[in-house]
Amino acid sequence: MTDALIALVALPLTAALLALLLPRIATALVIFSGLAITASAIALLYGVNTAGALHYELGGWTAGLGIALRADGLSAILLLMIALVMFAASVYASAYFGKASERAQFWPLWLLLWTALNALLLSGDLFNLYVTLELLGLSAVALAALSGKHAAVQAALRYLLVGLLGSMLFLVGVALLYAGYATLDLATLTQVVKPGPIAWSALTLMTFGLLLKTALFPLHFWLPPAHGSAPAPVSAVLSALVVKAAFYLVLRLWLDVFADIVTPTAANLLGVLGAGAVLWGSWQALRAERLKLLAAYSTVAQLGYLFLFFPLLLALPPGPARDVATGGLVMLALTHGFAKAGLFLAIGIVQQRSGHDNIQELGGMVQRLPLTTFAIALAGVALIGLPPSGTFLGKWQLISAAIATGQWLWVAVTAIGSLLAAAYIFRILGHAFGNQPYPHQAVAVAREEWPALLLTLTATLVLGLAGAHVWTLLENGS
Amino acid sequence: MNSATSLPLLVILSSLLPGLVIFFLPEGSHRLRTTLNLAGAFVKIFLVGVLIWGVFHGQSYETRWALAPGLDLVLHADKLSLLFVSLSSVLWLVTTIYAIGYLESSPHRSRFFGFFSLCVSATVGLALAGNLFTFVIFYELLTLATYPLVAHRGTPEAIRGARIYLTYTLSGGMLLLIGTVWLYAIVGQTSFVEGGVLSGLSSEYHTQLILIFALLIAGLGVKAALVPLHGWLPEAMVAPAPVSALLHAVAVVKAGAFGIVRVVYDVYGVTFASELGVLMALGIAAGITIVYGSVKALFQDSLKKRLAYSTVSQVSYIALGTAILGPIGTIGGIVHLVHQGIMKITLFFAAGNYAETLGIHKVSEMNGVGRRMPGTTLAFSIAALGMIGIPPVAGFISKWYLGLGAVEAGMAGWVLPVLILSSLLNAGYFLPILYRAWFRTPAAVWPDEHIPAARFETHGALLWPPIITAVLALAAGLFAAAPYSPLEWASLIAQREYGL
Repeated sequence: MTDALIALVALPLTAALLALLLPRIATALVIFSGLAITASAIALLYGVNTAGALHYELGGWTAGLGIALRADGLSAILLLMIALVMFAASVYASAYFGKASERAQFWPLWLLLWTALNALLLSGDLFNLYVTLELLGLSAVALAALSGKHAAVQAALRYLLVGLLGSMLFLVGVALLYAGYATLDLATLTQVVKPGPIAWSALTLMTFGLLLKTALFPLHFWLPPAHGSAPAPVSAVLSALVVKAAFYLVLRLWLDVFADIVTPTAANLLGVLGAGAVLWGSWQALRAERLKLLAAYSTVAQLGYLFLFFPLLLALPPGPARDVATGGLVMLALTHGFAKAGLFLAIGIVQQRSGHDNIQELGGMVQRLPLTTFAIALAGVALIGLPPSGTFLGKWQLISAAIATGQWLWVAVTAIGSLLAAAYIFRILGHAFGNQPYPHQAVAVAREEWPALLLTLTATLVLGLAGAHVWTLLENGS
Repeated sequence: MNSATSLPLLVILSSLLPGLVIFFLPEGSHRLRTTLNLAGAFVKIFLVGVLIWGVFHGQSYETRWALAPGLDLVLHADKLSLLFVSLSSVLWLVTTIYAIGYLESSPHRSRFFGFFSLCVSATVGLALAGNLFTFVIFYELLTLATYPLVAHRGTPEAIRGARIYLTYTLSGGMLLLIGTVWLYAIVGQTSFVEGGVLSGLSSEYHTQLILIFALLIAGLGVKAALVPLHGWLPEAMVAPAPVSALLHAVAVVKAGAFGIVRVVYDVYGVTFASELGVLMALGIAAGITIVYGSVKALFQDSLKKRLAYSTVSQVSYIALGTAILGPIGTIGGIVHLVHQGIMKITLFFAAGNYAETLGIHKVSEMNGVGRRMPGTTLAFSIAALGMIGIPPVAGFISKWYLGLGAVEAGMAGWVLPVLILSSLLNAGYFLPILYRAWFRTPAAVWPDEHIPAARFETHGALLWPPIITAVLALAAGLFAAAPYSPLEWASLIAQREYGL
């Protein structure tokens, strides 16, 4: 199983270097390494599910000096999501970028991003986490600026600055911890960290940096322009995966490392910000004129739901009830990953075929691009949280935990957010169902349509119907 | 998987799988699409037949699938679900035939029939749901599957109607969801059980249970069109006639009413609900809806809108029946679930025939239509008389049991006036139509005659469905005492509920 751990980092990294050196065969290279990475992720998931959490020290150096890789149920399932989403988006991108020169620029960065994501999920100490976080941010910025258009470059520049600020804050927090406890290993820190000024200020700094990167309201300002102006496959992974990587770190810090330090008040603050994100993001999505902006604001809102879980998890005693709620949180994150990636890919098809993504001018789309519209609708079902999507199960747990702990405010926020989501999704579909003639020659390419469709199907059907396995995995892999 | 665990699932798949295939069929493959549609419908009826036979002989059928810890998707065949399943599968077959004739040459038929099949699959799933969680899932799926059907024509009015429909139903779904999660938070996962599962809870929970009841009924009341949550129903009339027929008789409206029946009988238990005092509130809401719907119907000139308000009124008979404590009232409410379905679908088929054949959309255009279209008008007349409650049509049975039940429960003081008033109003908005259709002289030209009179007054596929359902409505009244009749099933259900 440790082979799978190493392969998940080594494969994309090697492929990135090769793609840089051999641009002619880069596309084939990406597809093959994508398959291999997916296989490794499945192997890892299987291993974690049967044998529990995994731990491997690269080159035999112990923690503190060497690079340690580790994986538990949470990271294994997220790694599989990353592999599937990245692979689907790779297939899509091979058709989306028509020119060989575009692809030659694109693939190395793309694989670097993949490396960073995998390494971040597998890192077990804070310094490596900082490095992967930085690598992730830089490759993401480069990809977002790829189109070279003015708006894209401007948005990417802002993205870069915010990202750097975020990493810097994170690094200061890391330094504080090292000064205080002389270790950066997460497992060790969990045991030695004590309530006090050092821990509090480190946690505050790191959390603030990560919240910037995960674009939690009101620190989301950079996200909509950056995600809204990047090429479609890039928007897909930025929204589905990159922001979630930062969220994953927040989760790790708050629930594992600093579990004894965090207070209900602090968790409530995260909840309030999450509620703001849900309401503000959904409202902005409803008012958006363009599909891509709608999807980007929807990401702001959907991340908000994840933060609503913090006050709930802290109010539940450790044990089965908290585990069930945590599973709901993971379910929401997973479903959103698949659904949002699929949505952005589908929007990319609409944009390429009709030359714009104005919501007002989508009349007749159902007739011309039935599969693409269907993918958008499926993604919509998952974003609203209707059955049979995984979001439905996740929101059920969210509402359930809120009722059980008497925190009715979050129930109301969830209800309003879901209805707003329904409003912005059906605003698209209402236009798409119109019987105006669709003026564009719209023949969709299978290599673009099917990835979008399969991703959204995963979100709405697979995760919804096979959802019980996620809870089992989290339990087995702890 | 043996038949005991797979049969309920197969009943759903028998319409789901053909529906999914139909989506991918090209517009032109008329024959294959029709074959798939009808094969699915017949297979479903056959499977439901097997279910009924098995349940009657004490066999139990259940499909169970864990979706999350403590949340099982359960499909279970009990007597109440079988009543609803048989209604929907029989009426689905008839409506499919009708829809094939109705949409003969209109565009996007593959899309239409695909969603049509999904809609029925959701309805059947809802009927077979073995717990509230499963019910909520299919309740929401039904909303999703019907949206494209309401928006089908793609005109601005259709899109607008669909949006209003969605606003109401999704908000209702959210209330239902919150109520259900709350209930689960208190009692955990429970199946539908005759007599309810909540009566054992200590009295400190009673306030919460009342609030939950309000949430659940408000959520279900949107689809059941309880006043003031009925606003979507007249707007959704923009849908094609087969969709309206399905919405009003089998699927959406009925899903809400069926849900109310489930919540009252199999979650709360009618006796416990009565102790909590929530039955009275439900009964009053139903009573107001019955009268309000009838009054509004009186003033509609558009035939479809008049029928829509009539639905608002008639569906609440079911809710009224559940609000009457005592087996007789229960029988009246449950049997009306079936009776209203077959009568109302007849009326909508007939209205669709008038529109498709002669371009008649308004009551004022119906003068003498009985001579031009005797078969359709006869079917319409039978169903209308049944709605008024004139024997021997099925509607009479429902009203008789409701009235008797009210007397038995000591609620005659307000239920009987409501019943009498509503019957008078029913007569007030149906009899003038019958009079016009049969006794007035026809206009010189029909508004827009598409289908000339040939061997039949209209296409066979349009003519036979209303005649079949009208005969069913008559038979359900005439042979009410026969075994396997809706009344017989309703009596069995009531006996189990009250432990008789």
